[in-house]
Amino acid sequence: MAAFIVRRLWQAILVMLVVALIAFLLFQYVGDPVSQMLGQDATPEDRARLRGDLGLDQPFYVQFGHFIGNAVQGDFGISLRQGRAVSTLIKERLPATLELAFAAAVIAIVLGIPMGVYTALRRDSWFSHFLLAVSLVGISLPTFLIGILLILVFAVMLGWLPSYGRGDTVQLGWWSTGLLTTTGWKHLILPAITLCLFQLTLIMRLVRSEMMEVLRTDYIKFARARGLTDRAVHFGHALKNTLVPVITITGLQLGGIIAFAIVTETVFQWPGMGLLFIQSVQFADIPVMAAYLCLIALVFVLINLIVDLLYFAVDPRLRIDRTAAAH
Amino acid sequence: MRLTIAAFAAALSVAPVIDAKTLRWASQGDISTMDPHAQNEGLNNTANSYIYEPLVTYNEKFEVVPALSTDWKQETPLIWRFNLRQGVKFHDGTPLTAADVVFSIDRAMQPTSNFRQYTVGVQRAHAVDDNTVIIYTTVPNPVLLRQLTELRIVNKGWAEKNKVVAPQNFVQKEETYAARNANGTGPFMLKSREVDIKTVFVTNPNWWGAKTKKGNVTEVVYTPIKSDSTRTAALLSGEIDFLLDPVPQDIARLKQTPSIKVVEGAENRTIFIGMDQFRDELQYSDVKGKNPFKDVRVRQALYHAIDIEGIKRAVMRGSSDPTGSIIQRAVLGWTPASHERLPFDEKKAKELLTAAGYPNGFAVTLDCPNNRYINDEEICKALVSMWARLGLKVSLNAMPRATYFPKIQKHDTSLYLLGWGVPTFDALYSLQSLPMTVGKGGDGNFNLGRVSSPEFDQLVESIKGEVDVKKRNQMIADALMLHNKQVMHIPLHNQVIPWAMRKNVSVVHRADNRLEVQWVRID
Repeated sequence: MAAFIVRRLWQAILVMLVVALIAFLLFQYVGDPVSQMLGQDATPEDRARLRGDLGLDQPFYVQFGHFIGNAVQGDFGISLRQGRAVSTLIKERLPATLELAFAAAVIAIVLGIPMGVYTALRRDSWFSHFLLAVSLVGISLPTFLIGILLILVFAVMLGWLPSYGRGDTVQLGWWSTGLLTTTGWKHLILPAITLCLFQLTLIMRLVRSEMMEVLRTDYIKFARARGLTDRAVHFGHALKNTLVPVITITGLQLGGIIAFAIVTETVFQWPGMGLLFIQSVQFADIPVMAAYLCLIALVFVLINLIVDLLYFAVDPRLRIDRTAAAH
Repeated sequence: MRLTIAAFAAALSVAPVIDAKTLRWASQGDISTMDPHAQNEGLNNTANSYIYEPLVTYNEKFEVVPALSTDWKQETPLIWRFNLRQGVKFHDGTPLTAADVVFSIDRAMQPTSNFRQYTVGVQRAHAVDDNTVIIYTTVPNPVLLRQLTELRIVNKGWAEKNKVVAPQNFVQKEETYAARNANGTGPFMLKSREVDIKTVFVTNPNWWGAKTKKGNVTEVVYTPIKSDSTRTAALLSGEIDFLLDPVPQDIARLKQTPSIKVVEGAENRTIFIGMDQFRDELQYSDVKGKNPFKDVRVRQALYHAIDIEGIKRAVMRGSSDPTGSIIQRAVLGWTPASHERLPFDEKKAKELLTAAGYPNGFAVTLDCPNNRYINDEEICKALVSMWARLGLKVSLNAMPRATYFPKIQKHDTSLYLLGWGVPTFDALYSLQSLPMTVGKGGDGNFNLGRVSSPEFDQLVESIKGEVDVKKRNQMIADALMLHNKQVMHIPLHNQVIPWAMRKNVSVVHRADNRLEVQWVRID
């Protein structure tokens, strides 16, 4: 078990090094922050001086070496755009992204599972057809378009919900939360819906097909033969067996929600890490971009590690000693 | 007893009769620092001007008027004496003294300052007594006052206490206190700053100009909103009152909305085409062994082939100000004669090109930004098709600003599009940066095609030191005409920028695209 974890962690570090390397290679082409920092009327000498100060005149492998050396010590450098430590910036933005991601995940699960069950049980009702048709929209429309449509309807035409931002936040230590204020909740609704729509559809369709599969199996027939109520058969036996793959997929998707919140955050001006990244790209703020990419890689690596460990716990076959299995 | 307390409380709350007027405004990006000498960028300077004030400033007509200095005198061509306004206090209550002014000018001259171009020609500042400052210049400097409008005054004691004597230094990798805190003398005080979320300013009740203030805004909330459509939606839904940068495709819709008004005005930014006139062979062309842009007939041909009214109509949707000059009309030194364009005449263009030895045209690459100026890439596309009618095979190379500027600043281009604004509102700024031979101290700073004319350089040198206004204006007029005669650049138009706002907001549109909050009224 311990050897397994160590091996996985070793792989994780390798993955992150590769991500950082690729990121740095890409940065050679995003442009030069210096001209944006100095404005149009700086002299060439000023530009050369600042470029030297920032270390941008060095070849990329030297810059990369510096970055790795500092990152190992927890120092991701200073944001060129804001002149503040990158680690502080990310710490400030992390709560917003995580709250949005979790809100979206909760909505997707709480609505997605019952909807999946319903459409599996009442296959031919008009409401099932309606849900399936709507879910098709959710899976085929791009996120930014859904966001803009929601803003148009609920903010501009109806005026019920705000179109941008996070509302008032409360500071709990270094964690800023919007979940303790009314405006915070109001601001969360539209972005969370936008972000969850894809996962919601995915979960609903997954539950539906799994459920239909399970309902055809023998043990369900036997359960019915035993005279159990519909309720006990559907929820006690069928749903439970349906959920195993759903849990796996949902867990893996959570990383996706955090990473791909970029689009939703941009549309709603949600002050999370994704927005920070987009703004940094425009400015060619290399330290922030590098730190963000490494962090997202870390999230994916960690989630995969946890899922692997869960399998380890769930599936006894994986625990068999390797040498024994080889015989 | 309870009643009396209530009555007392009521009496207290009545005392300030000014009702709160909050202006919520937005644009695409955020203010990057509150340090007034760290980043010379439009939005930053706008926000910093709410808090910090210069010695002299502009009025609505861009004339220099008193700010922290009430009167001044050029005692000799090299010595300027400024008398400070009496009774001015910083937001923390300390009085303004000449030492603060000297300190601030020194601070702007530090190596880590990005405002050094506004101190060009300044030798040093000296405090004679608490209320008098003398500025010594290295040469007679006719634009000193205009440079001073961008040099904002900070508090010496505050800066020393908070270790921000020099502007932000990236070498030492430190966060500076001044980036997120501020202590100025201006009409607004910084109340809170959440980077990329919102910045709140409140009115300074002790501001020296409070009595004569034109606007009635008591609180300003600035929010950056990155997504174009969300910005427009926020204005339509009433969540913001003012939008600095509505996108061109939304303007028509905003104009039709009853609760919104759009105010359009010329920006003092001229868009033009530059050509490599230095290399003996163009880098990006099929003409080998010679450089066609060195021939004035070729430059004229390209100019004659441009249907600028067509660009105005089809690309800019009517919102542009076609010009033949490299400066906009609000800039000191502008003349109607230099504004005249070479007429759109394809036949003549073809003749000139044939006479220059290119009857079948040639191939060249046009470099163009795609997120810097209004419709920049679309303008370039239109030019490509217009020049194609001459037989020129122009391939378009459009790229984002972060890669575009480093490329063209290395002179790595044959044909490029650039926009040039004039913060000093004086023609010298453009004449020195654009067509002057590349040299020291800002000469030819953005002369990216490396044009060079000794006659022109001599004119600009004389303009730099000429203090007689009439003579100076004549020399500027001559320089502008010389530029046009030699077609050093091909001017296209001055940008027209729309501002969108709720119906109840009135603003003064400024050619430098800055929202002056103390002039804003909310009814």
